[in-house]
Amino acid sequence: MIKMIDVYKSFGKNEVLKGINLHVERGEVVVIIGPSGSGKSTVLRCMNYLEEPTSGDVIVDGMNLNVKENINNVRAEVGMVFQRFNLFPHMTVLDNITLAPQKIRKMSKEEAEKIALELLAKVGLQDKADSYPQQLSGGQQQRVAIARALAMKPKVMLFDEPTSALDPEMVSEVLDVMKNLAKEGMTMVVVTHEMGFAKEVGTRVLFVDEGKILEEGTPKDVFEHPTNERTQLFLSKIL
Amino acid sequence: MSFDWSLIWDNIPILLQGAVITIQITVMAVGCGFFIGMIAALANLSRFKIVRLLVKCYVELFRGTPLLVQIFMIYFALPMVIGQSINPYVAAVTACSINSGAYVSEIFRAGIQSIDKGQMEAGRSLGLTWAQTMRYIVMPQAFKAIIPPLGNEFIAMMKDTSLVSVIGFEELTRRGQLIIARTYGSFEIWTAVAIIYLVMTLSISQLVAFLERRYNIK
Repeated sequence: MIKMIDVYKSFGKNEVLKGINLHVERGEVVVIIGPSGSGKSTVLRCMNYLEEPTSGDVIVDGMNLNVKENINNVRAEVGMVFQRFNLFPHMTVLDNITLAPQKIRKMSKEEAEKIALELLAKVGLQDKADSYPQQLSGGQQQRVAIARALAMKPKVMLFDEPTSALDPEMVSEVLDVMKNLAKEGMTMVVVTHEMGFAKEVGTRVLFVDEGKILEEGTPKDVFEHPTNERTQLFLSKIL
Repeated sequence: MSFDWSLIWDNIPILLQGAVITIQITVMAVGCGFFIGMIAALANLSRFKIVRLLVKCYVELFRGTPLLVQIFMIYFALPMVIGQSINPYVAAVTACSINSGAYVSEIFRAGIQSIDKGQMEAGRSLGLTWAQTMRYIVMPQAFKAIIPPLGNEFIAMMKDTSLVSVIGFEELTRRGQLIIARTYGSFEIWTAVAIIYLVMTLSISQLVAFLERRYNIK
């Protein structure tokens, strides 16, 4: 589904990714962990070319992103959820969700709204369709953001620290939505510090530090028997 | 000296006609300036350096020289180059529009920059093109943010249109001058002219305040 081959990324002189190779299979839930500044978010953002790698290939669903024409097509197939939600504040919840399906999938307004309302019901916010984002709590906003991404019927969902900006009591409502998605078979790549989530639904955990994947394996292996010294150090601090 | 009210009453229709022309030219200039400024601000986001450089030259040139000189250049100097005289109305509107566009493009640039980068990223991540994201997501928010500075520009331009009186264009200020040349009533007429400008600029302030209230409630 997603292949990254020898991906390097520099911001100016600062080399953030130093040769990332990974392969996400259909139906997998890959959890990326690592200290802040390790490059884990950059790995995720290279998957839909929000960051363009300095070198290397990113291939999503058979389309290589170094071909310009592929970029928007891939993005339409890859949903992304951001740490700070990034809902469109000047639009209602419903308009946030229906914009892209109408403009890109050329759906009629009625059809897009029907799908949007189904998705809102799925994330438990069917009564918020006409609200504006700032009228919602952080957890509610993030669930709307998930619904917005799902409205494009993506083949993969990318989550960039989706619960890091939330008050603690709102974390679980977002994680529950994500767990349900995982159980439905959605392919997901999640950058997170929520180890409970990783253990419960993750099929694979990657530990990233200093721009490299230092360790990968099942959640059980990585959390209980980390082999790399830095993984051990990181886990000892957060578990 | 005494204040001769009859001078004002006798000449008020002429002054009000001048005020209408001032309003026309201001609306035309700010309207054209709005589009010029928007296009310049968008061009300034271009990935081509030469395009950005051209925008920068335009802004610096028209912001860095007096409007009065620009009016002279367009009305007196340009006809020598193109070999054809220019109607004062066209010259006045052109000079004011291009001048206003330079300021408005800076206002737009600040407005666009004030929108969180995450908005563009969210739009692009959904598969929208850059242009679609600009049109549906960034610009509507930027527009709200720039209502107050646009209002300022509107007011400044209304007062600056008095400069086109120097090319004989009969807007409010020029009409005042002509009446005074005939009646010597400097004090009365300039007072009347000032009050008419004040009423017009206060009306714009009210309009801007109304728009701000309207768009900020949501």
